[in-house]
Amino acid sequence: MYPADLKYTKDHEWIKIQENGTALVGITHYAQEALGDVVFVDLPEVGDNLALGDEFGTVESVKTVSELFAPASGTVTELNVGLTDHPEYVNEDPYGKGWMLKFQLTGAIPSDLLDAIAYEALVGSESH
Amino acid sequence: MSEIKKTPLNAAHRTLGAKMVDFGGWDMPVQYPAGILAEHEAVRTKAGLFDVSHMGELRVVGKDALNYLQYLTPNDVASLSIGQVHYTAFLYENGTFVDDLLIYKEAEEEYLLVVNAGNIEKDFHWALEHTKGFDVQVTNESDATAEVALQGPLSEQILRPLCDLALGEMGYYYFRHGKVAGVPALISRTGYTGEDGFEVYVVAEAAEKIWHAILDAGAPLGLIPTGLGARNTLRLECRMSLYGHEINDTTNALEAGLGWIVKLNKDADFIGKKALALAKAQGLERKVVGFKTTEKRDIARDGMSVVKDGERIGYVTSGGPCLTVGANIGLAYVPTGMAAVGGKLQIDIRGRAVEAEIIPTPFYKRKK
Repeated sequence: MYPADLKYTKDHEWIKIQENGTALVGITHYAQEALGDVVFVDLPEVGDNLALGDEFGTVESVKTVSELFAPASGTVTELNVGLTDHPEYVNEDPYGKGWMLKFQLTGAIPSDLLDAIAYEALVGSESH
Repeated sequence: MSEIKKTPLNAAHRTLGAKMVDFGGWDMPVQYPAGILAEHEAVRTKAGLFDVSHMGELRVVGKDALNYLQYLTPNDVASLSIGQVHYTAFLYENGTFVDDLLIYKEAEEEYLLVVNAGNIEKDFHWALEHTKGFDVQVTNESDATAEVALQGPLSEQILRPLCDLALGEMGYYYFRHGKVAGVPALISRTGYTGEDGFEVYVVAEAAEKIWHAILDAGAPLGLIPTGLGARNTLRLECRMSLYGHEINDTTNALEAGLGWIVKLNKDADFIGKKALALAKAQGLERKVVGFKTTEKRDIARDGMSVVKDGERIGYVTSGGPCLTVGANIGLAYVPTGMAAVGGKLQIDIRGRAVEAEIIPTPFYKRKK
């Protein structure tokens, strides 16, 4: 449920840092399960600059809404436009078809990102 | 914090893979693995089964039961026949809500009151406090009673083979005592989803038996277990009030749009009558309206402000995606002068002033 090649944040996002200095971002299995059926994902524009920790969007589910926070600093290069018509991808495939945006890292990779084992321990302690 | 309460079906929910949440101090299923969208759809097109055992049951018995309830509640209890149910409330002197509830007339001197889970203790005390001068006994049967709600167009077809009553003859908001899967039960044609359906009350010990019997009988027809998440989206589409949202101790019964349960003309005096008669004569300052927003991203949520020129002039009481109608909808308190259908509102959604249009309610109505 928490792929080993991803890094995770305490805000329940995942980030996949690629060799060319770009990164993909989405929300974790734990987050999508907590939200329930996702009905809309509000994302920034291509070209927007995000600083680490910035709120960059929201995920609306049937029962609630949750903010998205930038897991690193960077410039948005691509959005997952497929989510416009298929927000349910976030529930069905949070690390695949449910990715949200791609950005070009502009700063250092934050040191407090969690690996899969540490993240699983975190969510294990949050759920009953 | 007191310990979280559990219904007799708690283990059954966990076995079914439900996601459990703390709902007003109760450990309740918000959804099952199907998810809220699928559960909502099941109730609109086939059927869903809800555990509503957290609801409270108060029994009023005695020579003065009718007069007592006429005083305690605004609807006209004298108009109920034995075997009939109506929607009503406990109001404070100022016309705001202690709670909303159903009254079942069991016999000439016996009534069953079904109240909200989070208000059981408050309601029981409220009822006891007002027995002075009336020959009645009020007992709290909540812990001993389980309740399930079978809701959806196939409800009668599912329940019929399990039940010894002629369900086809039972009208909306009527009830009878009979058996479900061999278990003595009170069965009413009531619900909180806007669909046809039944609510079944049994002793707590029999909850699992009827839960499984109904689920097994209905599964081939598409019945699935449904949680509080779907219960909320379903009731919102039908513009049914939810305590803590549209109604609470700061909202009066008229502005909440529940004037139809306030029988100012009934013979008896009742708690809240004077204040509501005055409020009606003076005109209401605000009202609950239904609204929709156009853009997919603009989903209003409980507590958001209705604004005008940057000032908060009202607030959203319930909001979310309307799953059957396919727009984002909500309910809000707004000044009466702005409450006409077709009017435009602005709602502050996380710092953006989003335009909403006031539309007629209910948002969804089943075809008869």
